[in-house]
Amino acid sequence: MSPTSYLLLSALLFSTGAVGVLVRRNAVVVFMCIELMLNAVNLSLVTFSRINGSLDGQIMAFFVMVVAAAEVVVGLAIILSIFKTRRSASVDDANLLKY
Amino acid sequence: MSALGALLTQAPAVPAGSMSTGEAVAFWILGPVALAGGLGMVIARNAVHSALWLVLTMLCLGALYMAQQAPFLGFVQIIVYTGAVMMLFLFVLMLVGRESSDSVIEVLRGQRIVGIGLGLGFAVLVVAALGRALTEVAPAGVAAQNAAPGGNPGSIGRALYTDYLFAFELTAVLLIVATVGAMVLGYSERARSRPTQRGLVEARIRGEQGRPSPLPGPGVFATANSVATPALLPDGSVAPESLSEIIESTRRDTIDSDMGGVAGPEADLGARALRGPEPPAGSDQEAGR
Repeated sequence: MSPTSYLLLSALLFSTGAVGVLVRRNAVVVFMCIELMLNAVNLSLVTFSRINGSLDGQIMAFFVMVVAAAEVVVGLAIILSIFKTRRSASVDDANLLKY
Repeated sequence: MSALGALLTQAPAVPAGSMSTGEAVAFWILGPVALAGGLGMVIARNAVHSALWLVLTMLCLGALYMAQQAPFLGFVQIIVYTGAVMMLFLFVLMLVGRESSDSVIEVLRGQRIVGIGLGLGFAVLVVAALGRALTEVAPAGVAAQNAAPGGNPGSIGRALYTDYLFAFELTAVLLIVATVGAMVLGYSERARSRPTQRGLVEARIRGEQGRPSPLPGPGVFATANSVATPALLPDGSVAPESLSEIIESTRRDTIDSDMGGVAGPEADLGARALRGPEPPAGSDQEAGR
Protein backbone atom coordinates (compact mmCIF):
# COMPACT_ATOMS: atom_id res chain seq x y z
CA MET A 1 0.00 0.00 0.00
CA SER A 2 1.51 3.28 -1.15
CA PRO A 3 0.92 6.85 0.00
CA THR A 4 -1.36 7.31 -3.00
CA SER A 5 -4.27 6.48 -0.71
CA TYR A 6 -3.57 9.72 1.15
CA LEU A 7 -3.91 11.57 -2.13
CA LEU A 8 -7.22 9.83 -2.83
CA LEU A 9 -8.50 10.79 0.61
CA SER A 10 -7.35 14.35 -0.04
CA ALA A 11 -9.23 14.41 -3.38
CA LEU A 12 -12.40 13.14 -1.73
CA LEU A 13 -12.17 15.72 1.04
CA PHE A 14 -11.56 18.48 -1.50
CA SER A 15 -14.64 17.45 -3.51
CA THR A 16 -16.70 17.35 -0.33
CA GLY A 17 -15.64 20.90 0.46
CA ALA A 18 -16.38 22.01 -3.11
CA VAL A 19 -19.89 20.53 -2.96
CA GLY A 20 -20.41 22.31 0.35
CA VAL A 21 -19.38 25.65 -1.14
CA LEU A 22 -21.80 25.14 -4.02
CA VAL A 23 -24.72 23.86 -1.97
CA ARG A 24 -24.72 25.59 1.41
CA ARG A 25 -26.18 29.07 1.89
CA ASN A 26 -24.92 30.10 5.31
CA ALA A 27 -21.84 32.24 4.75
CA VAL A 28 -20.06 30.83 7.81
CA VAL A 29 -20.63 27.26 6.65
CA VAL A 30 -19.38 28.17 3.17
CA PHE A 31 -16.28 29.49 4.87
CA MET A 32 -15.84 26.24 6.76
CA CYS A 33 -16.10 24.32 3.49
CA ILE A 34 -13.29 26.47 2.09
CA GLU A 35 -11.25 25.56 5.16
CA LEU A 36 -11.91 21.89 4.45
CA MET A 37 -10.63 22.33 0.88
CA LEU A 38 -7.47 24.03 2.19
CA ASN A 39 -6.95 21.17 4.62
CA ALA A 40 -7.36 18.61 1.87
CA VAL A 41 -4.70 20.39 -0.18
CA ASN A 42 -2.46 20.46 2.90
CA LEU A 43 -2.79 16.70 3.22
CA SER A 44 -1.76 16.25 -0.39
CA LEU A 45 1.19 18.62 0.11
CA VAL A 46 2.40 16.63 3.09
CA THR A 47 2.03 13.44 1.10
CA PHE A 48 3.97 14.86 -1.84
CA SER A 49 6.67 15.95 0.57
CA ARG A 50 6.94 12.39 1.74
CA ILE A 51 6.92 10.94 -1.76
CA ASN A 52 9.65 13.30 -2.94
CA GLY A 53 11.74 12.95 0.20
CA SER A 54 11.99 16.69 0.73
CA LEU A 55 10.58 19.03 3.35
CA ASP A 56 9.48 21.65 0.82
CA GLY A 57 5.95 20.29 0.71
CA GLN A 58 5.60 20.55 4.48
CA ILE A 59 6.80 24.15 4.34
CA MET A 60 4.23 24.87 1.64
CA ALA A 61 1.55 23.37 3.89
CA PHE A 62 2.78 25.59 6.71
CA PHE A 63 2.44 28.68 4.53
CA VAL A 64 -1.02 27.57 3.48
CA MET A 65 -1.96 27.36 7.15
CA VAL A 66 -0.67 30.89 7.79
CA VAL A 67 -2.55 32.28 4.81
CA ALA A 68 -5.68 30.39 5.85
CA ALA A 69 -5.52 31.87 9.34
CA ALA A 70 -5.23 35.40 7.95
CA GLU A 71 -8.02 34.70 5.48
CA VAL A 72 -10.31 33.40 8.20
CA VAL A 73 -9.76 36.49 10.33
CA VAL A 74 -10.59 38.91 7.53
CA GLY A 75 -13.41 36.80 6.11
CA LEU A 76 -15.16 36.39 9.43
CA ALA A 77 -14.84 40.13 10.06
CA ILE A 78 -16.49 40.77 6.68
CA ILE A 79 -19.28 38.29 7.48
CA LEU A 80 -19.82 39.98 10.84
CA SER A 81 -20.00 43.46 9.34
CA ILE A 82 -22.44 42.25 6.67
CA PHE A 83 -24.50 40.62 9.39
CA LYS A 84 -24.48 43.85 11.38
CA THR A 85 -25.96 45.86 8.51
CA ARG A 86 -28.27 43.26 6.94
CA ARG A 87 -29.13 41.03 9.92
CA SER A 88 -28.52 37.94 7.81
CA ALA A 89 -25.63 35.56 7.24
CA SER A 90 -27.05 33.98 4.11
CA VAL A 91 -25.05 34.37 0.93
CA ASP A 92 -28.29 34.79 -1.04
CA ASP A 93 -29.30 37.91 0.86
CA ALA A 94 -26.18 39.89 0.04
CA ASN A 95 -27.33 40.86 -3.46
CA LEU A 96 -27.10 44.60 -3.14
CA LEU A 97 -25.14 44.90 -6.39
CA LYS A 98 -27.60 42.74 -8.30
CA TYR A 99 -29.92 45.27 -9.88
CA MET B 1 -3.04 11.60 19.71
CA SER B 2 0.52 12.83 20.03
CA ALA B 3 1.64 9.54 21.52
CA LEU B 4 0.04 7.79 18.58
CA GLY B 5 1.84 10.15 16.19
CA ALA B 6 5.19 9.64 17.88
CA LEU B 7 4.65 5.90 17.84
CA LEU B 8 3.76 5.96 14.19
CA THR B 9 6.60 8.22 13.11
CA GLN B 10 9.11 6.07 14.94
CA ALA B 11 7.69 2.88 13.56
CA PRO B 12 10.28 1.16 11.42
CA ALA B 13 9.92 2.58 7.94
CA VAL B 14 9.85 -0.63 5.97
CA PRO B 15 11.62 0.31 2.72
CA ALA B 16 12.50 4.00 2.82
CA GLY B 17 9.13 5.70 3.25
CA SER B 18 6.36 3.27 2.36
CA MET B 19 3.49 2.61 4.73
CA SER B 20 4.02 0.29 7.64
CA THR B 21 1.25 -1.89 8.95
CA GLY B 22 0.58 0.40 11.89
CA GLU B 23 0.32 3.39 9.60
CA ALA B 24 -2.05 1.51 7.31
CA VAL B 25 -4.27 0.69 10.28
CA ALA B 26 -4.20 4.33 11.39
CA PHE B 27 -5.03 5.47 7.87
CA TRP B 28 -7.97 3.11 7.47
CA ILE B 29 -9.37 4.26 10.81
CA LEU B 30 -8.68 7.99 10.57
CA GLY B 31 -9.31 8.40 6.84
CA PRO B 32 -12.95 7.27 6.85
CA VAL B 33 -13.56 9.25 10.06
CA ALA B 34 -12.13 12.38 8.40
CA LEU B 35 -14.29 11.79 5.33
CA ALA B 36 -17.35 11.25 7.52
CA GLY B 37 -16.55 14.52 9.30
CA GLY B 38 -16.40 16.35 5.99
CA LEU B 39 -19.68 14.86 4.79
CA GLY B 40 -21.29 15.57 8.14
CA MET B 41 -20.21 19.19 7.91
CA VAL B 42 -21.83 19.58 4.50
CA ILE B 43 -25.00 17.73 5.47
CA ALA B 44 -25.63 19.07 8.99
CA ARG B 45 -28.43 21.65 9.08
CA ASN B 46 -27.19 23.36 12.20
CA ALA B 47 -24.11 25.50 11.63
CA VAL B 48 -22.66 24.66 15.06
CA HIS B 49 -22.90 20.95 14.25
CA SER B 50 -21.09 21.68 10.99
CA ALA B 51 -18.28 23.35 12.90
CA LEU B 52 -17.96 20.39 15.27
CA TRP B 53 -17.85 17.93 12.37
CA LEU B 54 -15.09 20.03 10.83
CA VAL B 55 -13.17 19.92 14.13
CA LEU B 56 -13.32 16.11 13.94
CA THR B 57 -11.98 16.16 10.38
CA MET B 58 -9.15 18.50 11.31
CA LEU B 59 -8.13 16.40 14.30
CA CYS B 60 -7.99 13.30 12.09
CA LEU B 61 -5.91 15.19 9.52
CA GLY B 62 -3.51 16.29 12.26
CA ALA B 63 -3.02 12.70 13.33
CA LEU B 64 -2.49 11.71 9.69
CA TYR B 65 0.22 14.36 9.34
CA MET B 66 1.97 12.87 12.35
CA ALA B 67 1.70 9.47 10.76
CA GLN B 68 3.27 10.89 7.61
CA GLN B 69 6.55 11.92 9.25
CA ALA B 70 5.35 15.52 9.72
CA PRO B 71 4.87 15.84 13.49
CA PHE B 72 5.43 19.60 13.46
CA LEU B 73 2.61 20.17 10.99
CA GLY B 74 0.43 17.77 12.91
CA PHE B 75 0.76 19.80 16.07
CA VAL B 76 0.36 23.09 14.21
CA GLN B 77 -2.77 21.68 12.60
CA ILE B 78 -4.26 20.76 15.95
CA ILE B 79 -3.21 23.95 17.73
CA VAL B 80 -3.86 26.49 14.99
CA TYR B 81 -6.78 24.94 13.15
CA THR B 82 -8.83 23.13 15.74
CA GLY B 83 -7.64 25.30 18.59
CA ALA B 84 -7.74 28.80 17.15
CA VAL B 85 -9.49 28.90 13.79
CA MET B 86 -12.43 26.68 14.69
CA MET B 87 -12.94 28.45 18.00
CA LEU B 88 -13.04 31.70 16.03
CA PHE B 89 -15.68 30.12 13.81
CA LEU B 90 -17.70 29.09 16.83
CA PHE B 91 -17.45 32.60 18.29
CA VAL B 92 -18.72 34.09 15.06
CA LEU B 93 -21.50 31.53 14.88
CA MET B 94 -22.61 32.49 18.37
CA LEU B 95 -22.49 36.18 17.41
CA VAL B 96 -24.34 35.69 14.15
CA GLY B 97 -26.94 33.53 15.79
CA ARG B 98 -27.14 29.79 15.92
CA GLU B 99 -30.59 29.61 14.43
CA SER B 100 -29.61 31.41 11.26
CA SER B 101 -29.58 28.10 9.41
CA ASP B 102 -29.95 27.66 5.70
CA SER B 103 -33.06 28.77 3.94
CA VAL B 104 -34.74 26.04 1.94
CA ILE B 105 -35.77 28.40 -0.84
CA GLU B 106 -33.72 27.75 -3.94
CA VAL B 107 -32.80 31.01 -5.59
CA LEU B 108 -31.32 29.25 -8.60
CA ARG B 109 -33.47 26.33 -9.62
CA GLY B 110 -31.70 22.99 -9.45
CA GLN B 111 -28.56 24.53 -8.03
CA ARG B 112 -28.31 21.89 -5.35
CA ILE B 113 -28.56 19.00 -7.81
CA VAL B 114 -26.10 20.59 -10.22
CA GLY B 115 -23.68 21.36 -7.40
CA ILE B 116 -23.72 17.81 -6.10
CA GLY B 117 -23.34 16.49 -9.65
CA LEU B 118 -20.37 18.73 -10.31
CA GLY B 119 -18.73 17.71 -7.03
CA LEU B 120 -19.22 14.00 -7.78
CA GLY B 121 -17.86 14.47 -11.28
CA PHE B 122 -14.82 16.30 -9.94
CA ALA B 123 -14.21 13.58 -7.35
CA VAL B 124 -14.45 10.81 -9.97
CA LEU B 125 -12.14 12.71 -12.31
CA VAL B 126 -9.42 13.40 -9.75
CA VAL B 127 -9.61 9.98 -8.10
CA ALA B 128 -9.43 8.21 -11.47
CA ALA B 129 -6.54 10.36 -12.63
CA LEU B 130 -4.63 9.83 -9.39
CA GLY B 131 -5.36 6.14 -9.36
CA ARG B 132 -4.06 5.73 -12.93
CA ALA B 133 -1.10 8.08 -12.65
CA LEU B 134 0.33 7.22 -9.25
CA THR B 135 -0.04 3.49 -8.95
CA GLU B 136 3.47 2.30 -8.18
CA VAL B 137 5.02 5.14 -6.30
CA ALA B 138 8.14 4.43 -4.30
CA PRO B 139 8.07 7.17 -1.67
CA ALA B 140 11.45 8.51 -0.72
CA GLY B 141 10.35 9.47 2.80
CA VAL B 142 11.64 12.36 4.85
CA ALA B 143 13.28 10.22 7.55
CA ALA B 144 16.71 11.62 6.65
CA GLN B 145 15.61 15.21 7.14
CA ASN B 146 13.77 14.32 10.34
CA ALA B 147 16.92 12.70 11.71
CA ALA B 148 18.85 15.98 11.44
CA PRO B 149 19.57 17.82 14.70
CA GLY B 150 16.35 19.34 15.99
CA GLY B 151 14.25 16.71 14.31
CA ASN B 152 11.40 17.61 12.01
CA PRO B 153 10.66 21.03 13.53
CA GLY B 154 14.36 21.90 13.46
CA SER B 155 14.67 21.02 9.79
CA ILE B 156 11.56 23.00 8.91
CA GLY B 157 12.80 26.00 10.88
CA ARG B 158 16.19 25.84 9.19
CA ALA B 159 14.55 25.81 5.75
CA LEU B 160 12.15 28.61 6.75
CA TYR B 161 14.92 30.93 7.85
CA THR B 162 17.24 30.21 4.93
CA ASP B 163 15.57 29.21 1.68
CA TYR B 164 12.15 30.63 2.45
CA LEU B 165 13.17 33.70 4.41
CA PHE B 166 11.56 36.21 2.04
CA ALA B 167 8.27 34.31 1.90
CA PHE B 168 8.34 34.02 5.68
CA GLU B 169 8.75 37.79 6.05
CA LEU B 170 5.91 38.29 3.59
CA THR B 171 3.69 36.17 5.82
CA ALA B 172 4.54 38.52 8.68
CA VAL B 173 3.29 41.44 6.56
CA LEU B 174 0.22 39.42 5.64
CA LEU B 175 -0.61 38.69 9.27
CA ILE B 176 -0.26 42.34 10.27
CA VAL B 177 -2.42 43.45 7.37
CA ALA B 178 -5.03 40.84 8.29
CA THR B 179 -5.05 41.98 11.91
CA VAL B 180 -5.46 45.63 10.95
CA GLY B 181 -8.13 44.69 8.40
CA ALA B 182 -10.10 42.73 10.97
CA MET B 183 -9.90 45.65 13.38
CA VAL B 184 -11.07 48.10 10.72
CA LEU B 185 -13.92 45.86 9.63
CA GLY B 186 -14.97 44.93 13.12
CA TYR B 187 -14.85 48.41 14.58
CA SER B 188 -18.22 50.09 14.48
CA GLU B 189 -18.33 53.70 15.51
CA ARG B 190 -21.52 54.98 17.05
CA ALA B 191 -22.95 57.87 15.05
CA ARG B 192 -23.86 59.73 18.26
CA SER B 193 -22.65 58.62 21.63
CA ARG B 194 -25.35 57.73 24.11
CA PRO B 195 -26.12 60.58 26.54
CA THR B 196 -24.80 59.83 29.98
CA GLN B 197 -26.62 60.63 33.18
CA ARG B 198 -24.02 63.25 34.03
CA GLY B 199 -24.42 64.89 30.63
CA LEU B 200 -28.20 64.99 31.01
CA VAL B 201 -27.94 66.66 34.42
CA GLU B 202 -25.48 69.25 33.18
CA ALA B 203 -27.65 70.05 30.17
CA ARG B 204 -30.66 70.50 32.43
CA ILE B 205 -28.81 72.82 34.81
CA ARG B 206 -27.49 74.77 31.84
CA GLY B 207 -31.11 75.40 30.92
CA GLU B 208 -31.19 73.48 27.66
CA GLN B 209 -34.42 71.72 28.57
CA GLY B 210 -36.63 74.61 29.66
CA ARG B 211 -36.61 74.19 33.40
CA PRO B 212 -34.26 72.29 35.71
CA SER B 213 -36.89 70.46 37.73
CA PRO B 214 -39.77 68.31 36.57
CA LEU B 215 -43.19 69.90 36.19
CA PRO B 216 -45.24 70.01 39.39
CA GLY B 217 -48.00 67.48 39.51
CA PRO B 218 -51.57 68.56 40.16
CA GLY B 219 -52.66 68.81 43.73
CA VAL B 220 -49.25 69.16 45.32
CA PHE B 221 -49.62 70.95 48.67
CA ALA B 222 -53.35 71.16 47.96
CA THR B 223 -56.41 69.79 49.68
CA ALA B 224 -57.58 67.65 46.82
CA ASN B 225 -55.89 65.45 44.29
CA SER B 226 -58.12 66.36 41.39
CA VAL B 227 -56.44 67.45 38.18
CA ALA B 228 -58.50 70.59 38.42
CA THR B 229 -56.80 71.57 41.65
CA PRO B 230 -53.66 73.54 40.90
CA ALA B 231 -50.39 72.97 42.71
CA LEU B 232 -49.29 75.60 45.18
CA LEU B 233 -45.82 76.96 45.35
CA PRO B 234 -44.19 77.26 48.79
CA ASP B 235 -45.30 80.87 49.07
CA GLY B 236 -48.90 79.85 48.54
CA SER B 237 -49.32 81.07 45.02
CA VAL B 238 -50.60 78.83 42.23
CA ALA B 239 -47.96 77.13 40.11
CA PRO B 240 -48.94 78.04 36.58
CA GLU B 241 -47.29 74.96 35.10
CA SER B 242 -49.63 72.71 37.01
CA LEU B 243 -52.79 74.17 35.54
CA SER B 244 -54.48 71.89 33.06
CA GLU B 245 -54.88 73.67 29.76
CA ILE B 246 -58.12 71.93 28.91
CA ILE B 247 -59.80 72.71 32.19
CA GLU B 248 -58.55 76.27 32.27
CA SER B 249 -59.81 76.97 28.78
CA THR B 250 -63.26 75.58 29.51
CA ARG B 251 -65.83 78.16 30.39
CA ARG B 252 -67.05 77.90 33.94
CA ASP B 253 -70.75 77.70 33.18
CA THR B 254 -70.31 74.70 30.85
CA ILE B 255 -69.04 72.55 33.72
CA ASP B 256 -71.11 73.98 36.52
CA SER B 257 -73.83 71.40 36.01
CA ASP B 258 -71.31 68.57 36.23
CA MET B 259 -69.60 69.91 39.31
CA GLY B 260 -72.58 69.59 41.56
CA GLY B 261 -72.60 65.82 41.41
CA VAL B 262 -68.98 65.26 42.28
CA ALA B 263 -68.02 68.30 44.31
CA GLY B 264 -69.52 67.42 47.67
CA PRO B 265 -70.14 69.83 50.49
CA GLU B 266 -66.62 71.12 50.77
CA ALA B 267 -66.20 71.93 47.14
CA ASP B 268 -65.19 75.47 47.86
CA LEU B 269 -62.43 74.35 50.15
CA GLY B 270 -60.12 74.04 47.19
CA ALA B 271 -56.62 75.21 46.95
CA ARG B 272 -57.77 78.77 46.99
CA ALA B 273 -59.05 78.39 50.52
CA LEU B 274 -55.55 77.61 51.71
CA ARG B 275 -53.99 80.48 49.92
CA GLY B 276 -52.10 82.78 52.21
CA PRO B 277 -51.47 86.41 51.69
CA GLU B 278 -51.32 87.55 48.13
CA PRO B 279 -47.83 87.56 46.63
CA PRO B 280 -46.33 90.97 46.27
CA ALA B 281 -47.55 92.95 43.32
CA GLY B 282 -45.65 92.39 40.18
CA SER B 283 -44.96 88.72 40.76
CA ASP B 284 -46.52 87.02 37.84
CA GLN B 285 -46.91 83.69 39.54
CA GLU B 286 -50.66 83.51 39.66
CA ALA B 287 -52.69 82.44 36.72
CA GLY B 288 -56.08 83.81 37.52
CA ARG B 289 -59.08 81.80 36.77
